[in-house]
Amino acid sequence: MAAHLSYGRVNLNVLREAVRRELREFLDKCAGSKAIVWDEYLTGPFGLIAQYSLLKEHEVEKMFTLKASRLPAADVKNIIFFVRPRLELMDIIAENVLSEDRRGPARDFHILFVPRRSLLCEQRLKDLGVLGSFIHREEYSLDLIPFDGDLLSMESEGAFKQVANMMIRMKREFTGSQNSVFPVFDNLLLLDRNVDLLTPLATQLTYEGLIDEIYGIQNSYVKLPPEKFAPKKQGDGGKDLPTEAKKLQLNSAEELYAEIRDKNFNAVGSVLSKKAKVISAAFEERHNAKTVGEIKQFVSQLPHMQAARGSLANHTSIAELIKDVTTSEDFFDKLTVEQEFMSGIDTDKVNGYIEDCIAQKHSLIKVLRLVCLQSVCNSGLKQKVLDYYKREILQTYGYEHILTLHNLEKAGLLKPQIGGRNNYPTIRKTLRLWMDDVNEQNPTDISYVYSGYAPLSVRLAQLLARPGWRSIEEVLRILPGPHFEERQPLPTGLQKKRQPGENRVTLIFFLGGVTFAEVAALRFLSQLEDGEIRASFSQ
Amino acid sequence: MNRTKVDEEEYWNSSKFKAFTFDDEDDELSQLKESKRAVNSLRDFVDDDDDDDLERVSWTGEPVGSISWSIKETAGSSGSNHEGREQLKSRNSFSYAQLPKPPSTYSLSSFFKGRTRLGSFQSLSDALTDTPAKSYAPELGRPKGEFRDYSNDWSPSDTVRRLRKGKVCSLERFRSLQDKLLLLEEAVSMHDGNVITAVLIFLKRTLSKEVLFRELEVRQVALRHLIHFLKEIGDQKLLLDLFRFLDRTEELALSHYREHLSIQDPEKRKEFLKTCIGLPFSVEDAAHIQDHYTLLERQIIIEANDRHLESAGQTEIFRKHPRKASILNMPLVTTLFYSCFYHYTEPEGTFSSPVNLKKTFKIPDKQYVLTALAARAKLRAWHDVDALFTTKNWLGYTKKRAPIGFHRVVEILYKNNAPVQILQEYVNLVEDVDTKLNLATKFKCHDVVIDTCRDLKDRQQLLAYRSKVDKGSAEEEKIDAILSSTQIRWKN
Repeated sequence: MAAHLSYGRVNLNVLREAVRRELREFLDKCAGSKAIVWDEYLTGPFGLIAQYSLLKEHEVEKMFTLKASRLPAADVKNIIFFVRPRLELMDIIAENVLSEDRRGPARDFHILFVPRRSLLCEQRLKDLGVLGSFIHREEYSLDLIPFDGDLLSMESEGAFKQVANMMIRMKREFTGSQNSVFPVFDNLLLLDRNVDLLTPLATQLTYEGLIDEIYGIQNSYVKLPPEKFAPKKQGDGGKDLPTEAKKLQLNSAEELYAEIRDKNFNAVGSVLSKKAKVISAAFEERHNAKTVGEIKQFVSQLPHMQAARGSLANHTSIAELIKDVTTSEDFFDKLTVEQEFMSGIDTDKVNGYIEDCIAQKHSLIKVLRLVCLQSVCNSGLKQKVLDYYKREILQTYGYEHILTLHNLEKAGLLKPQIGGRNNYPTIRKTLRLWMDDVNEQNPTDISYVYSGYAPLSVRLAQLLARPGWRSIEEVLRILPGPHFEERQPLPTGLQKKRQPGENRVTLIFFLGGVTFAEVAALRFLSQLEDGEIRASFSQ
Repeated sequence: MNRTKVDEEEYWNSSKFKAFTFDDEDDELSQLKESKRAVNSLRDFVDDDDDDDLERVSWTGEPVGSISWSIKETAGSSGSNHEGREQLKSRNSFSYAQLPKPPSTYSLSSFFKGRTRLGSFQSLSDALTDTPAKSYAPELGRPKGEFRDYSNDWSPSDTVRRLRKGKVCSLERFRSLQDKLLLLEEAVSMHDGNVITAVLIFLKRTLSKEVLFRELEVRQVALRHLIHFLKEIGDQKLLLDLFRFLDRTEELALSHYREHLSIQDPEKRKEFLKTCIGLPFSVEDAAHIQDHYTLLERQIIIEANDRHLESAGQTEIFRKHPRKASILNMPLVTTLFYSCFYHYTEPEGTFSSPVNLKKTFKIPDKQYVLTALAARAKLRAWHDVDALFTTKNWLGYTKKRAPIGFHRVVEILYKNNAPVQILQEYVNLVEDVDTKLNLATKFKCHDVVIDTCRDLKDRQQLLAYRSKVDKGSAEEEKIDAILSSTQIRWKN
């Protein structure tokens, strides 16, 4: 199952095994039978690193979701809470523990904070009088979850800050203690989301990006409307309700998905139909199988063929669902407006389509994304335009969204233009953010992932590799925040000779999240630039 | 460090506890060893084909045996208690004033005796301080009994470093302001939010408000942590004091305004909103806040009135179209729609009349017409729709005019299943010929399409349209009649 993690240039399976080991060690600390009470949010991330069977081997007999009032009865010695450090969860835990204490035989309670212990939470437990009930209070640093051969995620919401000076500080502190391991990565690029607020506002147009836009991918799983997926013929049929959402895991372990995930959606259809022909041809082979040997060979290939057919069926259904959306008039109109903004057309006046969206009470997120996009592409909106949008939004969606709008202003996503200067055209031209001739089928530039717009973040990464940022210093000055480069020389003994064909590995760290389309663009770059492989992390 | 070397050694040698070195090098070392061990043992794990290979997937896609799948399997039907959780959420505020006093029975020796079941993890500082005034120092300690080591003379940087490693540490000995600030600066330079918060809680308790605020004003990172902390624990009062001190008036106003969201009772919420009027918002926002208050005030009146009317059962509109939800706390436009739906004909003087709402909140014409149209079309009150767009000039001639453009009118009517005759009338009013033709085709207003093609003298398009209408229908006949007419000079 975890094989897809080993494909990449850097074997991320090692990381997965390390966190698994840590989990076993913690479980073994709590001797005897146990029940785990889960913060529901965590089951997703944990699902990516372990299975129930692993827990079972370590005497986990029951598992519950964390809920108010009392725990379901369980005849176990230990009760372990796996939670995020959230105050509201502490209240529930306290309630659980107190009612459990009243119930009967003493049990051992433990708490595992993921990914960090928090002073505030422990204080809350103390206030509620239960802190002393816990024997082990530990943290489990599930920081980086390997998603794919070249993708790790912190799966944490909300973190959004600068850490670069901390890195430099760490370097200072560790000087003297010689590095004695071979470095796995050659370059590290830290990108603060603040530098590129534009990209996440635009609609992603890769296959994976669109799945995420429309259905939302969480912990590499997606939930889809079940109608398009015919129930399985065999297996656990009875208790399955067709009304339940169909849940699919998406990663490169699936051959077909690996091939199409990063393609522009317009190029997915042809791949799917080609695949369909190949598969049906393969199944037709059975008529040609005459000898026992041939038949045997055919049969041996059957499981693989059936898996391929299942995979094809799934993705055809998903593609159909997406196509329903992308071919709608409204999607087209929205995309047109986005592309106008990004190519610098009419960003300084009230946009008719946005007005219509508000009047028809389209989702607030959609409206805000467009307004913010316009703001970013105009270095802030003219005061009059901003006030107009604000008024319309408040009257239609409720005055309490004054708070929402202020939060957007704080994040820099929405702002009035200061000094009447619009820097975006300079940035756009220098970084070639808008490409008019984009080839969606056989892309030659990263701009294919947004059908014309080249994500700023990835363009920066590309230019850093070649020819270097010295060529774009003027733009770097305009972009928010300072930039700097640091070199960490390796002791000569550790400088390895590069084999021919072996390339530098760059690690890109997005502080504040990354879109699937950006990941696609990075993967595209790594193929283009002489196989220069980049693993990208996101926070 | 006051203690002499000899003293120190004696102390450690005589104690039963594991010695530590100052900069915790042993820790680093053991960690290194540990990770090396881990790396070596990894090979076994990687090679060892465990459980993951055989993966079955249930219909929901949850691999059988995955964690979320197993929760459902093993937990069975455990009744959920949602309300309980909600209640808990709403009483989330906790203050440090309510901290339980440390049990004074804890002496140093009892603390070091090792772990008893309850209360064994009281923090070291609790155990050390006997005076209730010093009741609490933040505790980050790892509950590992064997790690209880303590020294009285750690420098601020050592203290902070220990805190970061999750070890027990008392802050009480930092008495002078200078020491406290040094401690804070060390914490900030460590970039560890937990440690910064720990120090801030200590400062908050031991410094006067004025001094704390004054010092934080020049330490922005720490200030942000304090603001976040106050928000998290819901200490609204201190937060407002802080904003006032910093002269961050807009944030002060917004932070006060935010509180209304937690007030459920409409009357109380209204009264609260009243206190927000006049707070130092930006000019634009101040107007919105005023409107918010006025709107809720109106909604309360309308709601009381309409609930009464509805339950009395005498009013036709409420009988035919029972209300789906209360109008309280709905946005302005929704309220306008509601009023256009239930109170359309009321005179301007009543609070619930649409015209009154329009005037009070200065709703733009476009917005008003859109909303009224949607409401009247839903009721299929075509006469009202007609009146909405009819204007009389001074000679008494009537003319149709739509501030939103007739193409939008048509779309809204279509959405509300207006009959073809009505649609046709408005499609005809669309000025741009291409748009008109498109809409007419889309909404199957055959007459409009046919007439427009005739007027455009576009024979080809008319021929093409002929194939789209039903065989033998009136439309087909009409097209045939036009096509065979000798009066028209076709352009193609």
